[in-house]
Amino acid sequence: MDGLDRFLHTFFNAEVAARYWPDILMGLGVTAGVGFAVSVTGLAFGLVLAVLRAMQRPWLSLPIIAFVDIMRALPPLVVIIIFFFAFPLIGLAMSAFTATWLSLSLVLAAYAEECIWGGILSLPRGQSEAARSTGLTWWQTMTSVILPQAFRIAVPPLTNRVIAISKNVALGSVVALSEVLNNAHSATSNAGNPTPLTMAAAAYLVLFIPVIFAARRLESRWQWRT
Amino acid sequence: MSELPILELVGLKKAYGSLEVLRGIDLRVFPGEMVCVIGPSGSGKSSMLRCCNRLESFQAGQIVVDGADISRDDIDINAVRQHIGMVFQQFNLYPHLTALGNVTLALRKVQGKSRAEADQLGMAALERVGLADKAQAHPAQLSGGQQQRVGIARAIVLQPKIILFDEPTSALDPETVGEVLKVMRQLREAGMTMLVVTHEMGFARAAADRVIFMDGGVIVEQGSPAAVFGAPQHERTKAFLARYTGGA
Repeated sequence: MDGLDRFLHTFFNAEVAARYWPDILMGLGVTAGVGFAVSVTGLAFGLVLAVLRAMQRPWLSLPIIAFVDIMRALPPLVVIIIFFFAFPLIGLAMSAFTATWLSLSLVLAAYAEECIWGGILSLPRGQSEAARSTGLTWWQTMTSVILPQAFRIAVPPLTNRVIAISKNVALGSVVALSEVLNNAHSATSNAGNPTPLTMAAAAYLVLFIPVIFAARRLESRWQWRT
Repeated sequence: MSELPILELVGLKKAYGSLEVLRGIDLRVFPGEMVCVIGPSGSGKSSMLRCCNRLESFQAGQIVVDGADISRDDIDINAVRQHIGMVFQQFNLYPHLTALGNVTLALRKVQGKSRAEADQLGMAALERVGLADKAQAHPAQLSGGQQQRVGIARAIVLQPKIILFDEPTSALDPETVGEVLKVMRQLREAGMTMLVVTHEMGFARAAADRVIFMDGGVIVEQGSPAAVFGAPQHERTKAFLARYTGGA
């Protein structure tokens, strides 16, 4: 066997691929599902935090800032481990899915809050003054004038965060979540051949390339000429 | 002018910490009047204007708009603000909305009008400022003068009792100042009550019913344009006007 054959036999082994593709597919489903769930709850919670912070009440802002700073400082892996291994000791046992979903949601929420808050802060004060001067309430000003603009500013960094956190679903493997990389890793050990890892890589591309394209479309569609 | 004033300020005082910016302002604006407020930077004229719809808070005094004391805590300030239009130096149009969207937002959100009805009123307001053909343009596609006219349309569409102008032409290129002042003159002819903080001395002299000169947080002098510009009584007014009339 020459070098190319050995390379193909090792990383693109059809026989191994045929045996393990159901595992990879199932893992892909779990990764996509958890990634989607994390994105929805993380972005929603981050939005709530940003709006609460915009109310500019110190007793609200200070806990939010503390939460955001801590969640951004901790490695997501540590958060998952705390939820899965430490919380049962205080009577809060949860599944691997729940621990991964909850941990990554909180981490994403922290980053999302910063992105959206940054967008809100970047708007001139005159925007809300103009809206309030026509009789809009604080809340109407927020939903009709401030947030639509803050979102547009926040979309590029938010996209990066969503993709990064979805890839972090792989961290769920430490609590035995059957996501795609975990399954691929087990299959690699069982087969004695790393072809399942190649398949996992392909699965990530299948999953994230459309997300990146969709985000790019959203960015260009939401742009207004400046 | 025996009518009741639309806007009345009584003993208005405002301070930022120990810095007093308004030291007792008494002012009445009557229906159909255009009152121009002039004075050097830092004289408190913009602060006074922004107190009139409570964009700024104040420490003492009373502001009565169309019979309602807006300084009271229990007043529904959002309801009052619909009757007090405001036009800003920096236009402050919403960049994510079209010109028509800017003009109709409050009609729909605050007054609960349908989109069709709001659009109809909005188009009429844009018509009045000569921008009906720009209804679907976004602010960034408009010149400064056009943006400010949309800003005026946003104020008049709510049929306010009075419009507050905060240096409406200060951020404009010289060639677009005229189109904004023209719209303001038309509003005056249509009977709109206006309180205008401005540096356009020529406009104040030609168009105002009354001119107020402010300095150091007080009204130093007021009267007809002819009186204030032609025969100022106070040294501070004379010194201020001398700096402007040199060129004009």
